[in-house]
Amino acid sequence: MIIIGWLSDVCLLLGGFLVLTGAVGLLRLPDFFTRLHAASVTETLGAVLLIIGIMLDTGLMLDTAKLILLICVMFIANPTITHGLCRAAAHGGIKPAMETKSPMQNSTPSDSKNIYENQIQTETGVSGKAPK
Amino acid sequence: MIAAAIVALLITLALTLIRAFMGPSIYDRILAVNSFGTKTVLFIVVGGHALGWFSYVDIALMYALVNFIGTLAVMRFFEQYSPHGERS
Repeated sequence: MIIIGWLSDVCLLLGGFLVLTGAVGLLRLPDFFTRLHAASVTETLGAVLLIIGIMLDTGLMLDTAKLILLICVMFIANPTITHGLCRAAAHGGIKPAMETKSPMQNSTPSDSKNIYENQIQTETGVSGKAPK
Repeated sequence: MIAAAIVALLITLALTLIRAFMGPSIYDRILAVNSFGTKTVLFIVVGGHALGWFSYVDIALMYALVNFIGTLAVMRFFEQYSPHGERS
């Protein structure tokens, strides 16, 4: 019983950390596709770990089956949404931010500002092409 | 540990809402709203267990399905949207 409580605590802490990491990545990353990556990858594992932690804490009830069903729904829904949103953005004219200089070099603040300007222009319909 | 998870989820909801308000493109906003819905499902599960609600898992399951269908509908609408304003 004590081991199950420890496992529940570890799952809850790890799930909370992963969900928080996904939110920071969603807020901080420079491009739409990298934001999609950060949101989708950590969201799936973090959600599953949080639900498993709650499941271990409740014990064996009818709610356990419903929580397993919730995990199945999230495992089907989140990749579908990610795939469809990526395809919609690619059809809608969002270009990924390509750094062609050096792979080891970090992006300067002017570059990331330029990315934001491109996406704002794409949204408001001023120009669909990314200006160089 | 449930309190730590609840605090992490609250901070996550705030950060996701910031991205939904300042997102440069429409797809960023859709992604942020979908992520907000998923975190709301998790918050209902964790908070309902912490507060001892009666049947919180049903509400969370229904919210997950509604979030999935709603995001899919908005996404399919904006897939037909071109940056120059006309429908293709």
